[in-house]
Amino acid sequence: MAKANTGAVTLLIGTRKGAFVMKSDSARRAWKMSDGIMIGATINDMVMDHRGSRTILMSARTGHLGPTIFRSTDLGKTWKEATKPPAFPKAPEGEKGISVHHNFFVTPAHASEPGVWYVGTSPQGLFRSEDDGASWEPVSGFNDHPRFKEWWNPPDEGPPDGPTLHSVMIDPRDARHMYLCLSGGGVFESRDQGRDWHPLNKGQVSDFMPNPTAEVGHDPHCMKMHPLNPDRLYQQNHCGVYRMDRATAEWINIGKTLPKPYSDHSYPIVLHPRDPDTVWIFPLDGSFPLGRVSPGGKPAAFVSRNGGKNWKKQANGFPKSGGWFSVKRQAMNADNHDPLGLYLGTTSGEVWTSRDEGARWTRLATSLPEIYSVRAA
Amino acid sequence: MQIHIPTPLRAYTKQNIVEANGATLADLFADLDRQFPGMRFRVINEQGEIREHIKIFVNQSIAENLRAPLAPGDAVHIIAAISGG
Repeated sequence: MAKANTGAVTLLIGTRKGAFVMKSDSARRAWKMSDGIMIGATINDMVMDHRGSRTILMSARTGHLGPTIFRSTDLGKTWKEATKPPAFPKAPEGEKGISVHHNFFVTPAHASEPGVWYVGTSPQGLFRSEDDGASWEPVSGFNDHPRFKEWWNPPDEGPPDGPTLHSVMIDPRDARHMYLCLSGGGVFESRDQGRDWHPLNKGQVSDFMPNPTAEVGHDPHCMKMHPLNPDRLYQQNHCGVYRMDRATAEWINIGKTLPKPYSDHSYPIVLHPRDPDTVWIFPLDGSFPLGRVSPGGKPAAFVSRNGGKNWKKQANGFPKSGGWFSVKRQAMNADNHDPLGLYLGTTSGEVWTSRDEGARWTRLATSLPEIYSVRAA
Repeated sequence: MQIHIPTPLRAYTKQNIVEANGATLADLFADLDRQFPGMRFRVINEQGEIREHIKIFVNQSIAENLRAPLAPGDAVHIIAAISGG
């Protein structure tokens, strides 16, 4: 990951009404858009395996026909449905069980486990595939943890799109060391490859809770672990932007210096793969009743080059007014070129990019359905 | 018996009417899943409940759950209900 990529970039775009793939030339200036893929299905995430196989998985909710996973092993030319999609165990007779409403977050597992993937769902559950996404089993160490019912949001509570499990991360130094996030619920860590878990929420302050510093109940929206320094964690939370240097075991709010009217409320957070001190956010209006659009219709990204001590506004190229952008948690990401390319998708179906680490933004696409995820491959 | 398949499920069956058998809807969907792997989970969730936007008619009656009895000669319609705007 330390060495920068060169050549063409592939953007995998999940939307409320299907998936799309955009491919660039080697300069990242000319882009071509694919036809729609699985049009009609909501694609919450679309991820290519970076470990070599180049399998692509899409987490989907197929309208009337419920949740599933689609997979492609030929770079998106053809797609097959998982033979056994993520599903919770059937409840004992007389008890009410839960069922997956939608598959949400997708990630390949550790490099030492080719063909292994994780998916986070709504209601909150963690699932693992050991056959390159064809069949899925619940990770009972989390889903059936004795304290799980203290940690999760029940399916009929939580945000309008349902409570989600997202941001599953595996330490590149140790396949047994994992993190995940519940929105809401908080951050959780495992040291034994998911068999046992504990909360990792000290330092977060959630002013919507009766006890704002409770052990659990927090609302991380998106969390990232730095690939070069896996002990450096960042998260965009419902109530702030946080950094943790793992040895301290405490989250530090690094969003307080953002200039008004830009708030520390947002969804995505993006790291520079070669610099653990560089981080981007895309602030939204966090005032009551949570507008969740660019404040004043003036979209801007913000970058910190010093681990969140201070922030620089990056709005060059975005509309100066009338730009009511909303960007979901999986819809802003980076490639690994030098300079780094940034990509974001809006709920109004626009794709924007910066080829120069946020200094100038240009619009790549319009009129797509509501964008749920943008991943660079 | 004849099972009438809605458009969204024809990716599995390739036909709009298929033959399957069972003494109950649960048995019938087990047979359908044997013939058309993966189809059952598209209609029935992991708790054995008919998905919220799917309706199943046995002859002229709507089935509430998979315990609905079937007899030879019954006609089963799977309906992807109209929902949304």
